[in-house]
Amino acid sequence: MSDPRTTELTNVSTTVLGADEIILNMGPQHPSTHGVLRVKLKLDGERVVDSECIIGYLHRGVEKIAEHRSYQQFAPYVDRMDYVAAVSNGLGYCEAVEKLLGTEAPLRARVVRTILTELQRIASHLLWLGTHALDIGALTPVFYCFREREEILKIFEKYCGARLTTHAFRIGGLQYETYDGFEQDVKRFCDDFTHRIDEYETLLTENRIWVGRTKGVGILSAADAIALGVTGPVLRASGVKWDLRKAMPYAAYDLYKFEIPTRETGDTYDRYVVRMEEMRQSRLICLQAIENIPTGPIMARIGKVLKPPPGEVYHSIEAPKGELGYYIVSDGTTQPYRVRVRPPSFINLQAFDKMARGSLVADVVAIIGTIDIVLGEVDR
Amino acid sequence: MANDPSEKDPASKPPASGAEGKPVAQKPAEPPQSPVAAANPPATPDSTAAKPAAPAAPAAPKAAAPPAKEAPPKPLPLDNELVQRLKGRFGDAIREATLDRKQAIVTIAVDQLREISRYCRDDEKFDMLVDLTAVDWPKREKRFDVILILYSFAKNERVRLKAHAGENEPVPSVCEIWPAANWLERECYDMFGMVFEGHPKLTRILMPDEWQGYPLRKDYDILKQDTDWVRENLGIESGQ
Amino acid sequence: MGHLFTPSILRLVLPVLYAVVIVAVLPLMAGYIVLMERKVMADMQARLGPMRVGPHGLLQPIADAVKLLLKEDIIPEKADRLLFWLAPLVSVTMALLAYAALPIGPAFQIADLNIGLLFILAVSSLGIYGIVLGGWASNSHYSLLGALRSAAQLVSYETAAGLGLISALLLAGSLSMKDIVMAQYDQGMWFIFYVPIGFFIYMVGSIAETNRAPFDLPEAESELVAGYMTEYSGFRWSLYFLAEYANMIIVAGIATTLFLGGWLRPFASYHDHMPGTSIEFLDALPALLVLGVALYCFFLAPKQPVKIQKLVMGLVGGLCLAIAGILAGSLFASPGVLQGVHGAFWFMAKVFGYLYCFLWFRFTFPRYRFDQLMRLGWRFLIPLALVNLITMAVALLMSREWGWSLRLTSILAVVVTLAVAMWLAKNDEVDSVVPVAESE
Repeated sequence: MSDPRTTELTNVSTTVLGADEIILNMGPQHPSTHGVLRVKLKLDGERVVDSECIIGYLHRGVEKIAEHRSYQQFAPYVDRMDYVAAVSNGLGYCEAVEKLLGTEAPLRARVVRTILTELQRIASHLLWLGTHALDIGALTPVFYCFREREEILKIFEKYCGARLTTHAFRIGGLQYETYDGFEQDVKRFCDDFTHRIDEYETLLTENRIWVGRTKGVGILSAADAIALGVTGPVLRASGVKWDLRKAMPYAAYDLYKFEIPTRETGDTYDRYVVRMEEMRQSRLICLQAIENIPTGPIMARIGKVLKPPPGEVYHSIEAPKGELGYYIVSDGTTQPYRVRVRPPSFINLQAFDKMARGSLVADVVAIIGTIDIVLGEVDR
Repeated sequence: MANDPSEKDPASKPPASGAEGKPVAQKPAEPPQSPVAAANPPATPDSTAAKPAAPAAPAAPKAAAPPAKEAPPKPLPLDNELVQRLKGRFGDAIREATLDRKQAIVTIAVDQLREISRYCRDDEKFDMLVDLTAVDWPKREKRFDVILILYSFAKNERVRLKAHAGENEPVPSVCEIWPAANWLERECYDMFGMVFEGHPKLTRILMPDEWQGYPLRKDYDILKQDTDWVRENLGIESGQ
Repeated sequence: MGHLFTPSILRLVLPVLYAVVIVAVLPLMAGYIVLMERKVMADMQARLGPMRVGPHGLLQPIADAVKLLLKEDIIPEKADRLLFWLAPLVSVTMALLAYAALPIGPAFQIADLNIGLLFILAVSSLGIYGIVLGGWASNSHYSLLGALRSAAQLVSYETAAGLGLISALLLAGSLSMKDIVMAQYDQGMWFIFYVPIGFFIYMVGSIAETNRAPFDLPEAESELVAGYMTEYSGFRWSLYFLAEYANMIIVAGIATTLFLGGWLRPFASYHDHMPGTSIEFLDALPALLVLGVALYCFFLAPKQPVKIQKLVMGLVGGLCLAIAGILAGSLFASPGVLQGVHGAFWFMAKVFGYLYCFLWFRFTFPRYRFDQLMRLGWRFLIPLALVNLITMAVALLMSREWGWSLRLTSILAVVVTLAVAMWLAKNDEVDSVVPVAESE
């Protein structure tokens, strides 16, 4: 068996097996797999009969590394998993360790965390929208999306110095106070943002070609989604109205009013609509939060050396991709005994086979895009 | 323009947003914990807000006095309705039930895993498998802990099933109960070497197919592998 | 010297001269259309586009051409060498050959064939061979499939486009390109106002014919199936590229001639002389426009960051000034020269307007999937084109037999066709979603 990680020089290589079936390999290098993902499709003519996702190209052993670092030292590593939405990863981890310690961040810290996480959700969805539209052939929305994303990344840079892998939060709260002008920047962004989303919607939502390419493509029923453990916008588009921010509120989400967009069919178009609406709801949360950021401390008193009492905890948040969970086992020392990350992209990608079966080859790219995976999170 | 990374003292001041000049308070390390967390000295002057395992002491009234005594979180035995139903149905297969940091953990016998899972999904309505993973305790006789985290939409409740499995003991696969387990079990196999019986295609998922060794086991030494490889293939000493 | 330019010698020499000009200028023009595309794309995407090579990227096409010429010529090992060499040649030759009958101005036409339109359509169809041969010669399973798909798409949409053309042809009464333009002069109105739906059908058909978005699945980068151009690189690829842009200009030229009045200026039959002169106001427009462009170049020139860019911008301004001078000067020359020069200007302006729409559509719409593309062609466009043809023919008959105004009858025809179009569109929606095969 040849090395399964041989990269292909062209996008395709074929082996003719039977009279009708062809195996098509979308190699690890491909403009549309959003990272190093290899998909093997078994085709009968134009239809996908079977598919297999081969992952692991970006596996860096994050969970093993965690066992050899202290709790605070591990925090920057989690940003590198879902590198598109680093702030969310950090939130999940910090909250999980805080739960393990039995503390909670102060209210001001929780509110600022909420604002930054919602901004990150918008940024993640913007990147998803741009690249997904690009795959389907709309060449313009990606530039508009990146223009908005740039504004958010500027806010992150002003806050913590980094745009992408931010390490914005610390265990116990925040390290940095919000900078002068933080509220104004966020407010200005949110005010502009509505008519930007309207711009994207004008280009795509009612467009006959877009609807034709996305409606009915990659349908995932609610029962299948639950059985496959799918979470996030994919689950909501399939009809299950469930969002961890409402079901098990964390950070400061219980203070704010927002809707959970849900659709019924679970096709690509529904996932698109759900994510667009989620961006609007995130903006509403940000606006509500910056109206009234409570004053107070931003860091809990937990000491420099963290030695959580032995035990274990599982804490999860609603990351832009789905339910991001951290299962941390402590043996009482300064280094975690086991850190397990429940990666939403990994589990959502399992649903790819279900979605792609029976669809056309030309739709495979759209289906990969609509699950919204980040290979850093799939492989860790 | 990051501001001063000075740690704020939660107990003392009224809201001051920007006038914090308080020096970093040197907090003593938390008292050393023994693996058995029972009866620990609870009061640590630097613990803060409500601890989940102890009655919630609100953060506010900590004005000048050292905070009230709060027990650090530790596992407590659990005996709620779910556990009672499980015990009633499966008897001895339910070894132990604890509540750790307000989360329910039920330790079961590994050979009954499939039946208990099916019961949980069908009767207790835990329709989603959130995560399936493992932990390695090499000093124990049965070194692996298989952990299943289940979630019920109807009850909005999570439960954790834990089973102890030995090194070469096959674990029943729950793929046919929750298809989500497919890749999750492959990852456990890949990382720990646990064999899941009944899995449709148990192959490595993250590591290359021909990899030797199981990375997340505690006796898998990254550095040793690296130095050995470098010594063999490059003929030099790795500088790490 | 006058006896040298006898009409018979001119009849031989002039077409050759025109042919040389076209073959020499066309690659340059295609390159600048590519630059225009990149600038327009950038503008629609809220960015600037090429800015470095030459002021505002004006020398970019030259840099690209040099690069392509210097690239290594790679031929796949098992490829059929003769066909591999031949395929791009076929494409380019056919594309260039079609220019023989295209009237760029009343005086600028290599051959005024009495079957001009038919000739152009026929020759452009032959260009499809270049694509199929290219896919075959690449010796790649998927290049061949991509080429076949491309060919299928071209053939389908040519039918629709041709039917759209015929509805305008009915009004013209002749296949000679020159006569078609003169017919529009005689009618006093461009044919687009009589058959707007025919124009629309032709526009959609021509976008598909030239493999432009939203019909560019065969050559899209992010799709799985490689297109026919994959194995070509360097100069061979640039030949295909040139063929594609030459085709674009041809279809723009056909649309301009048939629907947009060819070389006629707007309101061609409306003669209103400026007081005191024999110059018509609208005739002065081209010179003024180009003068405006020249002034803008001179305005931008000092603002360029680098000295050489200032110089080139100045030169471009000078060039525009020269063109404005020619346009203005021809106002005072004989009517033949005036017609010739201004005709060329208006023709080019309309062609560029049509091409701008091509670019606009490329950056606005996502791509059609291949089966949706074929469904659109066969189940919507062709029936619509047929209905349009019939209604237009009826309108023409009514105006000729019963003496009704053609404008009135054509409006009625348009209304009927629109109703049919809406019905077709509705019908198409129902089963436009490909049913997923039940596999479990």
